[in-house]
This record gives sequence, C-alpha cells and structure tokens, in this order.
Amino acid sequence: MKFTAKDLLTYLKNVVEVMEENKDYLCELDRKLGDGDHGVTMSIGWQAINEKLQDELKDEEDCGRICITTGRTFLSAVGSSVGPLYATGFLRGAKVVQNKTEVTGEDVKEFWIAFIEGIKERGQAEVGDKTMVDTLQPALESLKELQSTEDFVEGFAKVVAAAKTGMESTKDLLSKRGRSSRLGERSIGNQDPGATSAYLILETFHQTITANQTV
Amino acid sequence: MKKLINNPTNVVDEMIEGYIKAHPNHVKQLAENKRSIVTAKETKDGKVGVLIGGGSGHEPAFMGYVGEGMADAVAVGNIFASPPPDPILEATRVIDKGAGVLYIYGNYAGDVMNFGMAAELADLEHGIQVGTVLVTDDVASAPKEEKEKRRGIAGEFFVTKVAGAASEKGYSLEELVSVANKANDYTRSMGVGLTPCSLPQTGQPSFELGENEMEIGLGHHGEPGVEKGELKTADEVAERLVADILVDMPIAEGEDVAVLVNGLGSTTRMELYIMFRKVEKMLSEKGITIHRSYVGDYSTSLEMGGCSVSIMKLDDELKELVDQTADCPMYVQK
Repeated sequence: MKFTAKDLLTYLKNVVEVMEENKDYLCELDRKLGDGDHGVTMSIGWQAINEKLQDELKDEEDCGRICITTGRTFLSAVGSSVGPLYATGFLRGAKVVQNKTEVTGEDVKEFWIAFIEGIKERGQAEVGDKTMVDTLQPALESLKELQSTEDFVEGFAKVVAAAKTGMESTKDLLSKRGRSSRLGERSIGNQDPGATSAYLILETFHQTITANQTV
Repeated sequence: MKKLINNPTNVVDEMIEGYIKAHPNHVKQLAENKRSIVTAKETKDGKVGVLIGGGSGHEPAFMGYVGEGMADAVAVGNIFASPPPDPILEATRVIDKGAGVLYIYGNYAGDVMNFGMAAELADLEHGIQVGTVLVTDDVASAPKEEKEKRRGIAGEFFVTKVAGAASEKGYSLEELVSVANKANDYTRSMGVGLTPCSLPQTGQPSFELGENEMEIGLGHHGEPGVEKGELKTADEVAERLVADILVDMPIAEGEDVAVLVNGLGSTTRMELYIMFRKVEKMLSEKGITIHRSYVGDYSTSLEMGGCSVSIMKLDDELKELVDQTADCPMYVQK
C-alpha cells in the first residue's frame, strides 16, 4: 500500500466531513448518557482541524508534523475529556511517522497501535467501561495480528469490523467512567457516543485507503 | 428553547468579551490566550497564585470568582467542558510570583486530564510548582468510602474562598494545598433538579423530567441523581438534602458552619430563601450555628431549575478564612 502525506490530509478532511454528518447523531446518543454535546464537541475539534487543513497544513509533506498539528489543534479547541485523549493519540502516532512523506502499511499499522495505546494510557479506561476503549481495544488486537504479507486494505477491514463489534457491545454495558458512570443500570441499552465517534475515525480511515487503492 | 445569543458557536467567547469590557478594574484577558482571565490587580511577589477553571455555563462560577481574596486566574472551557491545557498554562505563567500556583477544580475526568497536563507542562517548560486540589463535595455522586470519586459542585465556592483568603495571608503552596483540602473535606453538598437546561449549541434539554417530577442528587451538568420522584414541598426537599449531608458528615451540637443555598439558574430567590429557612431551622434545632450564610446563584447550570445545599464545617482556621473580605466582579464580601 502507498500512503502519502497528501493521503493523510485527505483522510483528515474526510473525518471533518464524517463528524459534521454525524454531529446530531452523536449528540442524540450522548443525550441518553451525558449532557448531549458529544457531536458538538467533535465538530468543534474537527472544524478547528479543518481550518489548519486549509491553511497551515495545506502543503505540509511531513506526516509527523501533520499529526502533531492535528493533535494540538484538537486539544486546544476542545479541552473536555476527548481533547487530551485524541491529542495523545495523534502525538503518539506522530512519533511513528515523523520525517516521512510517504509511509508503508507497516508504518500505518504501527501508527494506529501507538495511537490507541496512547489513548488507553491517558484515559486509563478498560474494556467494559463503556467508553471509546471498547471500540479501540478490539481494533488494537486486530491490528497486532495483521501480517505484513497480507493486503493492508483488506487487513484493515478486519480491524474496522472488530472495532464495530466493540462499539456495538457498549449497548449492553454499564457506564463506569466519566459523567455517565453515575447512571448505573440506566446506562444499559444505549450505545456509547465516544465509542461511536472512535469507530467513525477508524472506519473513515478504511474508506480513505480503499478509495485510494481504486484510483 | 429561547436564548439571547448570536451564533451558538460563539457564546463562550462573546460572554468573555462582555465580561472583560464590563469589569476592566477587576479582570483582564491575556493576549496569549483569549480563554485565560487574570485579576487586573498586581499581585504581591511571593503570593501563591490561585487558579480555578472549568466549563462555561456555571456562571458566576468560575470566572466571577477572580479578584481580591478569591482566585487570581481562571481558565474558561467550552460549555460544560474542561478548558484545554493552553489557557491554564498561560494563566499559570502570569500569576506565578515565584511561590507556585494552586489549581482548584471539580473532580471530572476531563478536568483531571487537562489540568494535569497543564501542571506537568508548567513544571517542565517553566519550572513552576503546581499544587492541586480536587473538589469532591457532592454526596450524591458516590458513597462516602469513595469520596475521592465524587464530583465537585457548588461547594467549590467554599474551597476557592478559603484558598483565596489563605493565599492573601501568605500561606505557602504546601500550606495552601493542605488548607484547601481541609475545606474540601469539611464541605458537603447535594442538589435537586426540577427542570433541565438546554445547551446553546443543540437547543435540546440535557435530561427529561415530568411536569410533577424532581430529581434528588443530580449533578450540575444534569447527571442523574440518586432518586427521581414526585415533586415535594421545599421543606421536604430541604429536609432530605440536609439529612443526607449530615449522615455523611456528622456535625456536633455547638459546631459552626457556613451554608450555601445555591440556585441552578432559573430558580427564584424567593424559592432559595424558602429553602434556606428550612435549612437554618434544621441546623439550629441541632444546636449548630450558621456562622455565615450565602443564598443565591453561585454555581449554576445554564437555566436548570432547582438548587443545591452546601455545608462547610468550620474550625477556627476555616472560620477566619471564610470571614476575610473578597472583591470579585460577581461576588463581594465586606
């Protein structure tokens, strides 16, 4: 697989669009569990990134620098709890791809591993807590199983499928972290908004690399 | 939902703009970060800086508490969302007078991460020592054995008051952390919700309650409480809140307390005083003296209906600190 800084910028642009499309849906999910603003929060962060994409990052060719700017921008615009989590993800991922204009499937795999492990370390949530980790952990395990011999795009489809199963598992879980943890039994039956946006971020990556291969 | 706003995206920045323009003698906005507000008064060298902060939507908390005898700076977040590390860090740099800075904020996952990152950066990049006190006054949010898991609500006002007064008196950072922790340990709060608020960006209510329902123990972002039920009288509600607080933190006959009956946004002063009337009656019947009372909007949740009751047990040190004067745009004590 060929993946360039330009593709990374396209990917980020795609996430901007996906978050905007899903803004109300994420708020709706959050209304059942939190204060109903997760879609707004993600939109604030990704719109701030969008500005950088159109300006400072427009011609950036270093994948590492793109990730650093993305992480820092998201954090500065959002705060909240997702700010530090995704910022940590992008900053850890940046280390893997720094000084690279073009990366391999193996780099991309290492990027997402670092990304997810960074988030887990920052947030200290476990599988079963009904958070984004329920999406990210199965994705992480699936990533680690990817063989360098297999087609990366197909391999990443398995990662996204694992993430989806993880996201859907949050419906049956009891919230244990953050504000929704006070809901107790009442949190059961609702899919976690943070797990949902995390899935969208991975799924959009798969969409982007799939589109990339067909041209 | 009806709100006097312009573009929902700009509510926080436009609020700050108005606030700064309205109170130029008290506060100023940092050029480095528009979400950092510091006291306009030159603070003394060697004074430990007191920095507070959190999401917007709780006005007058937190930015209304910046001024003499209270906080030296505030980092302002988006609606109900922790501020990021940047505004915290910029404000930290400005209010550090060589003796370090104390961070006071409510115990929420986002605040813990963002203030935690800011504290690390303050130390790493600027060599500023930061102390942290997490406010955990809400008895309804976790059992007593897990007080460290509790969220912070209106009692943060008391912790800020005590810390602000102590820093003016020249407490060191270590002493300040200790006295602010004591204020937190001695403070308990519990709230009741009658009507939800709606976030400016979504226009949707944050939770649902029937016309004749109330929720006991809800959080100030609309987090569910311990019990949802039929709306009771003010006396019955006050009785429930005070009783739960006193079970959690027994107060002996002859002890002194400070009491705060805090409105959540759309509750009238009339109702708050009716609530206070009963709180006072219950405490005096137990031989507990209210040394100072505060009634009004101190930590709101946009236009949520309902109130919270906070009680801080006072020893001699806390009593002296609570009595100190304060002069902030949205809170004055002579």
